Amino acid sequence: MTPRQRLWFFAVAAAGLVACLLWAFAGLPGFGDYPGPYGEAVLRVAVQQTNATAVVSAVNFEYRGIDTVGEEFILFAAAAGMSVVLRRLRKERETEPADEAESRTVPATSSAIRVPALLLVGPTAVIGWWLASHAQANPSGGFQGGVILASAFILVYLSGEFLTFRRLSPDALLDAVEAAGAGGFAAIGLAALVMNLPYLDNYLPLGTIPGAVSSSGTIALISFFVGIEVAAAFTAIVGELLDQTLLRSA
Amino acid sequence: MISTGLMDTLQIVVLAGVAAGALAVVRTRSRIRQVLALSVYGMLLAILFFVFQAPDVTLSELTVGAVALPIVLLLAIAKVGKPER
Amino acid sequence: MGIFPFLVVAWVVVVGLYGIVTSRDLINQIVCLIVVQSSTYVLLLGVGYVTGGAAPYFFDIPLHTKAVDPVVQALALTDVVVEAAVTALLLSFAIQAYKRFGTLDPHELAEFKG
Repeated sequence: MTPRQRLWFFAVAAAGLVACLLWAFAGLPGFGDYPGPYGEAVLRVAVQQTNATAVVSAVNFEYRGIDTVGEEFILFAAAAGMSVVLRRLRKERETEPADEAESRTVPATSSAIRVPALLLVGPTAVIGWWLASHAQANPSGGFQGGVILASAFILVYLSGEFLTFRRLSPDALLDAVEAAGAGGFAAIGLAALVMNLPYLDNYLPLGTIPGAVSSSGTIALISFFVGIEVAAAFTAIVGELLDQTLLRSA
Repeated sequence: MISTGLMDTLQIVVLAGVAAGALAVVRTRSRIRQVLALSVYGMLLAILFFVFQAPDVTLSELTVGAVALPIVLLLAIAKVGKPER
Repeated sequence: MGIFPFLVVAWVVVVGLYGIVTSRDLINQIVCLIVVQSSTYVLLLGVGYVTGGAAPYFFDIPLHTKAVDPVVQALALTDVVVEAAVTALLLSFAIQAYKRFGTLDPHELAEFKG
């Protein structure tokens, strides 16, 4: 099939798809007229039941906790799959960065990049940690905090210190932290089963002030585990790709 | 609180920006420029989520669209090398 | 304003699919796939919006003010982060394809068998 024929075929198919989509959207109740009972029911009871003022985090880690377990395992599988797919092929040898430099001229990192990047590593790590541990009060949570925590490690690489980055985040440590995060989340749910409660039930004491750091039971704990798992997964992903470009030959 | 008329106008403007941004990302053919266009598109999406009263999703989209996706894409492009076109 | 966000969703889906169909480069296709996925976030948040509603965080506003739907926000939130990891996995497949076959053109890659 030539490209022009392929384009005409796509035009016909896209017209059909757009017709079906517009027919479906015409049946929706219009933008802003949300009729659904589920959202309003959650908004009515969430703060009293969980003592968490961030209702989105309560939904994520408590009311729909099993969805979040599934998503976290998707993340875990993606990071594990990358390290399997990018393993060394039989013809490859591991070369030092000095060998690669013959074919590519790498300029030294200028101070304008090194100094801000190194200065920002500390604050970024603190912000990521703060976001991951305050899921019940702020619009934050394990997922966002984990990505920002991973970017703190990546800043070390961006400031030109690739070998320091690899030493700070060796593969074994990243795998262990990732497994601890994913396993910790599942273990919290299993602990509820051991106590004769439904899986992922909120069994820790709920605290007194809604939205304080020590309130909302298992939500804060789950958010912490998700945070370290996401941080380790993204650091492992970037580390794998960096190994491809800088350490191994094609 | 902002009046609903002003909020509606803001949402329409940002939605139009998102539509234009999607077309711009798809039409850019050079690899590195497309990654930069994707970053700008991610920022427009983050503004859209903010105007839709969803600060959590805004934070997620900002971190992913400005940090994780461009880094991963640029590393893959560096590995693959120049396109022979 | 009744249907305009959903029109934008349909437009972004078609534009992204057009990019995937007419692309000659695997990495280009992956970026267009990211655009198609972003349309689903707009759809989720558009379905849950309540006119005049505030964000569903009751730390500093009184407890029963009208707020937008929190369930779709929770879905979109985890969606965004997981999509980045799956994109990284797709890119690693593209890198492996380049290492084995030397090309990233999907038309040429389709002719290899095994």
